[in-house]
Amino acid sequence: MLNVQDVRKTFFAGTVNERVALNGVSLTVNPGDFVTVIGSNGAGKSTLLNTVSGTIIPDSGRITVGDRDVTRLPEHRKATWISRVFQDPMKGSSPTLSIEQNMAIAQRRGRSRGLARGVTRARRHEFEQELKTLELGLEHRLGAKVGLLSGGQRQALSLLMATFSAPEILLLDEHTAALDPQRAQHVTEITERIVNERHLTTLMVTHNMEQALRLGNRLIMMHEGRILFELDAQQKAEATVADLLAEFRKLQAATGEPALDDATLLETARSAEPAGAPSRGARAHGAPTGGSSAPGVSPEGH
Amino acid sequence: MIAGIELGLIYAIMALGVYLTFRVLDFPDLTVDQSFTSGAATAAMVILHGGSPWLATVVGFVAGAFAGLITALLHTKARINGLLAGILTMTALYSVNLRLMGGKANLALLREETVFTPLREAGLQGTVVGVLLLLVGVLLVKLALDWFLYTDAGLAMQATGDNPEMIRSFGVNTDRQKILGLCLSNALVGLSGALIAQYQGFADIGMGIGMIVVGLASVILGQGIFGTRTVVIATLAVILGSVLYRLVITVALQAGLNPSDMKLISAVLVVIALVLPQLGVYKRWKRHRTLRAAQAVQADVRSHARRTVDAGVSGRTGA
Repeated sequence: MLNVQDVRKTFFAGTVNERVALNGVSLTVNPGDFVTVIGSNGAGKSTLLNTVSGTIIPDSGRITVGDRDVTRLPEHRKATWISRVFQDPMKGSSPTLSIEQNMAIAQRRGRSRGLARGVTRARRHEFEQELKTLELGLEHRLGAKVGLLSGGQRQALSLLMATFSAPEILLLDEHTAALDPQRAQHVTEITERIVNERHLTTLMVTHNMEQALRLGNRLIMMHEGRILFELDAQQKAEATVADLLAEFRKLQAATGEPALDDATLLETARSAEPAGAPSRGARAHGAPTGGSSAPGVSPEGH
Repeated sequence: MIAGIELGLIYAIMALGVYLTFRVLDFPDLTVDQSFTSGAATAAMVILHGGSPWLATVVGFVAGAFAGLITALLHTKARINGLLAGILTMTALYSVNLRLMGGKANLALLREETVFTPLREAGLQGTVVGVLLLLVGVLLVKLALDWFLYTDAGLAMQATGDNPEMIRSFGVNTDRQKILGLCLSNALVGLSGALIAQYQGFADIGMGIGMIVVGLASVILGQGIFGTRTVVIATLAVILGSVLYRLVITVALQAGLNPSDMKLISAVLVVIALVLPQLGVYKRWKRHRTLRAAQAVQADVRSHARRTVDAGVSGRTGA
């Protein structure tokens, strides 16, 4: 379905800030695969997603969707097959338009937009049915401006908007990271259900190892622009957060650099705690204070 | 007074164009100053060459669209900053407009037949009936714009100004939306220019100077007072804002200010309309209203939700 062949991308090439973001990444995602991607900050996870979505054009390599070479297509052309949910809940919908208008925009993803009315009675009915599946009650306020919704509601809506028009590939870029644990939990559940029900081929970047293990049938770990290792469905089912941490430590020992950043550690620790306990502020930056309470996780190497 | 309302209604078409770029596309387009003159100049030339006044009006509309197209291409294809692209087109158009007018700075249409001639001959110009007829014409333009903004294409244009990243991810070429929007906007501006030239009986090379400020004054004034809750309300507010602006000018002139002070008055009006919303009282009121609207939505949504839904309010709204 999705094939990434030896893709490379260097930012600020030829300057002191030169940074290799993707250093020869190859990945084949089969129809129906749900691949979770983990790795430290700067490992190239987001760059990988952005080259697939078209916001970044790779320096070299090839990206194909089915039989189509889409390597150099701009984002709006790739939208015909590829759909995505952003990390920031504010990015996935248009705040001054209503819920139904946002749904109408999403429904015509990758198709021509003519002078037919955006929201018709028939379409409204369809949107209602779709929104019902979120179980958030949004179907009762179709006319409300999206800017009046909470972050969690907006992210759930973004997810529905990205998926209900049946994309061939779904990209999720840490789409629960900006939400507090309880809301993140909801959106994760909705993600799991939607991807399963619609058999979507999915690539999901996450900081949360527990989430990376629980969701999907494959897991890849990236570091410094490469894919370091991959777990298939069976290995993934048997793996635990502790196993992943051990892999990270091995890597750390080999490279002498921390392969995991604080955010990942805290994210891991957080998911082990009861939902709702840690505040959003605690994980925003550096200090590993909130992370040490979780069993089996000690933020060493800092 | 009546003349002020009539002018306000014709200028309202220009203000609707400014609304489309400034509010819908979130693009400060300065082309307006000269695309207005382009509309007037081309319409005047068509009429002076014996063309029908209706054809002249259509030509003014098309001339405006061309002006907008140039700014749009400079911005989207040549990647020139939007403000600068508008300034460049505006500057170049000054020369082009002079050429269009055959090298003359002023074209008189006083004895020519215009779209307003039937009105004048029936003795309706300057009467309430005349105002009502103009109002119907302007409302037709407004309804066409409303209708467009609610179509699939129009929703994509609205989202382009609101959240370009999101709309690209749904397959919309935001450059193309900007080109379309700038053409449509300046076409309305050119149409307004063509009508003003016919209404006042002349086209002048300087008639468009400061037009963007007039347009902004109408949009900001009108929407500040009448709101922007939906597109239908927002465009109506623009028309009322344009009429209100003309009435303020009329009153200012009657109070003894010189016609040459008008640009100063326009600029001061825009400054006031931009500063007022920053005052604490207004902000608190607006926040209060947004919060209430959000709470109403949340209460409704939560009562129907089967999941425990998160409370709280996010983001901005245009309410």
